[in-house]
Amino acid sequence: MRAYLPAYDALTPDSLDHALELLDTHPEEYVPFAGGTDLMVLLDWGKLPRKKYLNIWNLSELKGIQEDESFISLGGLTTYTEIQASEVLQKEFPNLCQAARWSGAWAIQNRGTLGGNIANASPAADSSPALLSYGAELEIVSRSGVRRLPYSEFHTGYKEMRLEKNEIIRAILLPRSSVENCHHYYRKVGTRKAQAISKVCLAAFVKWEGNKIKECRIALGSVAPTVIRCPKSEEILTGKTLSRELKEEAKATLGQEISPIDDVRSTKDYRLEIAVNIFDEFLDELGGCKEG
Amino acid sequence: MRWIGKDVPRKEGKDKVTGASRYIDDITFPDMLYGVTVRSETSRGILQRTVFEEGIPWEEFTQVTCKDIPGNNYVALIETDQPYLADGKINHPLEAVLLLAHPDKYLLQEARRKVSLEVDPLPPVYDIEESLNQKEIVWGKDNVFKEYLLEKGDIDQVWEKADHIIEGEYKTGAQEQLYIETNGIVAVANPEEGVTVWGSLQCPYYVHKALMALFDLPADKIRVIQTTTGGGFGGKEEYPSMIAGHAALLAWKSGKPVKLIYDRLEDLAATTKRHPSLTRHKMALSSEGKILGMEIDFVLDGGAYATLSSVVLSRGTIHAAGPYLCENVRVRARVVATNTPPHGAFRGFGAPQSIFALERHLDKAALQLNLSKEELRRRNFIQEGQLTATGQVINEKVSLADLMTKAMEKSDFQKKKEQFHSENKKNKYIKRGIGLSSFFHGAGFTGSGEAYLESMLGMEATKEGKIRILSASTEIGQGTNTIFSQIAAEALGIEYDLIEISVPDTALVPNSGPTVASRTCMIVGKLVESAAIQVKEILRQSGFLASTYSSSEFSKACQSYLDKFSQLRVFSKYKQPTNIKWDDQTYRGDAYGAYAWAVYVAEIKIDLRTYETTVEDFVALQEVGKVIHPTLAAGQIEGGVAQGIGYGLYEKVVWDKGQMINNQMTNYIMPTSADIGKIRVFFEEAPYAHGPAGAKGIGELPLDGVAPAISSAIENAIGLDIPEIPVTPETLHEYWVSRKVNS
Ligand SMILES: Cc1cc2nc3c(=O)[nH]c(=O)nc-3n(C[C@H](O)[C@H](O)[C@H](O)COP(=O)(O)OP(=O)(O)OC[C@H]3O[C@@H](n4cnc5c(N)ncnc54)[C@H](O)[C@@H]3O)c2cc1C
Repeated sequence: MRAYLPAYDALTPDSLDHALELLDTHPEEYVPFAGGTDLMVLLDWGKLPRKKYLNIWNLSELKGIQEDESFISLGGLTTYTEIQASEVLQKEFPNLCQAARWSGAWAIQNRGTLGGNIANASPAADSSPALLSYGAELEIVSRSGVRRLPYSEFHTGYKEMRLEKNEIIRAILLPRSSVENCHHYYRKVGTRKAQAISKVCLAAFVKWEGNKIKECRIALGSVAPTVIRCPKSEEILTGKTLSRELKEEAKATLGQEISPIDDVRSTKDYRLEIAVNIFDEFLDELGGCKEG
Repeated sequence: MRWIGKDVPRKEGKDKVTGASRYIDDITFPDMLYGVTVRSETSRGILQRTVFEEGIPWEEFTQVTCKDIPGNNYVALIETDQPYLADGKINHPLEAVLLLAHPDKYLLQEARRKVSLEVDPLPPVYDIEESLNQKEIVWGKDNVFKEYLLEKGDIDQVWEKADHIIEGEYKTGAQEQLYIETNGIVAVANPEEGVTVWGSLQCPYYVHKALMALFDLPADKIRVIQTTTGGGFGGKEEYPSMIAGHAALLAWKSGKPVKLIYDRLEDLAATTKRHPSLTRHKMALSSEGKILGMEIDFVLDGGAYATLSSVVLSRGTIHAAGPYLCENVRVRARVVATNTPPHGAFRGFGAPQSIFALERHLDKAALQLNLSKEELRRRNFIQEGQLTATGQVINEKVSLADLMTKAMEKSDFQKKKEQFHSENKKNKYIKRGIGLSSFFHGAGFTGSGEAYLESMLGMEATKEGKIRILSASTEIGQGTNTIFSQIAAEALGIEYDLIEISVPDTALVPNSGPTVASRTCMIVGKLVESAAIQVKEILRQSGFLASTYSSSEFSKACQSYLDKFSQLRVFSKYKQPTNIKWDDQTYRGDAYGAYAWAVYVAEIKIDLRTYETTVEDFVALQEVGKVIHPTLAAGQIEGGVAQGIGYGLYEKVVWDKGQMINNQMTNYIMPTSADIGKIRVFFEEAPYAHGPAGAKGIGELPLDGVAPAISSAIENAIGLDIPEIPVTPETLHEYWVSRKVNS
């Protein structure tokens, strides 16, 4: 523990309203603390900003998985363990369950939350590509009210996002549609099989209409300053029938849409090729559905 | 046998499982201070000034620099080049410059951040090539800590007779020991009582010797006590002498007990790792696949100070020619200086490096000669009565050929090879392969090392009628306490529960030597056995013990003896078996009392989409003399194989300016249980005359053969001969791409 503990303070608010009030009246002073699985690492390294931390772990307003006709709503505090256990998510949003299963290991899965994963804004966050592949939306609250935002518009730069200091991610909304004619793909290339940070992570979702791709979303982690969607590659595939040429064109495009870097975990060259390779695997799987 | 070969419960198992064991961080004293180390960031330079920034009540802190050292400012080990605290010169990043102590451990961390060191940089040397080329002279006259020349026959006349001459170059990286418990010491020190330290450590008497020199105090004024230790793997062989000195200096100056514990970041960045290596092989072979000659140039990166590097080099040198008969050998071995924290002891101790190079080179030769990897080795295995590279006559019943046959059977080698070959053709991305290695590992100190050590072990009867073993050999998770108790119980013919083990405390136990070099079971275990025989003899001769007896009769005999004579204590001292001869000058003779022999087979899967290699099945077959405790022994091998998988595939130290920059477990990729696949362990037992109940050493052996077997399997899977480890996905990718480009 390298941190200077007396420089920190923590407080448990009584309710979401109380939390929002504190955030609003003391901007820059209070910071939400959910599972703490990102924050505690910084604390251990002596790099956690010296703030007052709001323990939101017990706020019931941020918990639970709810469903209605058009959305599954996941409270910001939904843990990886809860995600894996949810039948409706397994059935309709398997990429997210897979992401949860491959995040950390049991202890982290019990404590780590979806809201924390999003707000921590790591380009290597594993749930984010899965959420992007399903066109998720965020429900963000502050004292002045609630706003909705497509998740794809949330991250704006490395560790930069559309979240004000007085706001909390209340819920993550996954739009539902029929489960027929869908193909889901999720692959994490981590440094090892568990307790691993992604070197590349790809999540994709396709909806077929006949043998045409009606809808397509492709998202990647660890290949840019933020997790990203790949709109150009998506566009190439959308409305088309899969062919060898189309696959090659999509792969070439995807290679252009990403901008990985060298870091302590991997290299730019490796990431670039692996991203395209697992995209190729996804396309092969797609082909397997419709061609063969 | 009643106890040997049985899976008795671990001696300290209950205390560990129930949390009763006290590790170093559990030890506290009233009034205790915490200590931290202020370290240099620069890799080489002259220290100009230490700046204490404002905002910290500096007067509350105990501060220690090299000026405060009462005795000698060096870590007494082999050379005297490594200072406890830098005296003006900085030779590596993270070198200790200043020590601070304070009752508030958090304020201490804050204070550490508020000290900055102004250093005039000097040009550094960061790797083996730069050091060999003498880009800068950073140590001694020529950057070379130690050089050995090992010669057998006449290598120079062999090349013209050879049908094949094969050359190759091999590299291995640094590896971190990653014991679960980080390094730590608690010290009490003052001029009246002398110096006492408690610590997580492997070698109490190494620390003892180092503290005597540091404080210039006689032996009886220094006391070193090992606390329950959460793993060592060599990482707590020499480094605890450094931390113990630091904690003791702070305690000495402050007059208060001081606790100094490294967190993981500091432990990873500042303490020792396995030596990186560079090996060049030139091998002469006949057309029948007989090795006619080996010329080996073996170089280790020692880091900034000599520490144990010469001894690590020695073991690496002796193992460099492997368990093969070759009449003409020359090994030129050097360990050189670089401006990185010193590399040090790690399970295998130089052998994993030189064995990796040799085994990979043999695979290369096999391919070139169009022989199977198995067959080439079979044609060259050393046999009983033949001479090793140092001229040692093998007088064990060794049958590597039998081990090879069994390993082939257990792994289903031929069938798998054919099956993978045909499956790989069909599958574009998933490629499987199978590979092997054959090797040996000498147990105990090299050459005359054991004779010099003169290890001593004590045994005494207690008032309760039990037997207590007095030894400095430490339990570090590997099972020392358990096997010593088994050996003693067996030799005494009494219950296992009647044996106690004394805490390794230099005030209570004699020096049975360091807990290293696969020597604890074979060498010290033998001392346990002979001490037990002495105890039994004394009790018999005293008339208290009949020729046959039960455990309770034995206990009574002890108590009666104590009533009459008040003490029953014996010591047994190591005597080199008379047939062991070694010449330090010529580097010839009996390098080790005994060897463990092994053939390992790795089965791997490569995903050519991600270039990830995964071990799917691993067969570890070895002959280790008598197995004392099957579960512990299998655990040692499994753990060693897991560590070897890390060494071969995952664990890469990322260096920047001589400093490890991936010093977190997040980024230093040790494999988890999910990564290591199935490990199947098999033992062959050929009892060794001079080991307890016939046992040899096994601790280091498994580290030697894993990485080469995996690399061999990678070659088998995709035909790519990668001459370096670790083979991370990035490394495999790089070689794959450059092969595509070249062909
Ligand atoms: C050993 C280990 C393994 C890990 N493995 C993985 C992995 O495999 N994949 C992966 O993606 N991550 C991994 N992580 C990172 C971490 O577990 C996840 O990012 C997790 O989802 C963070 O959630 P949390 O609730 O613990 O966040 P916290 O640490 O509590 O918070 C993180 C950030 O989010 C903010 N925040 C939290 N909740 C909200 C909210 N509702 N609204 C607004 N802001 C909020 C906090 O203020 C803080 O800035 C790992 C971490 C550890 C320690």
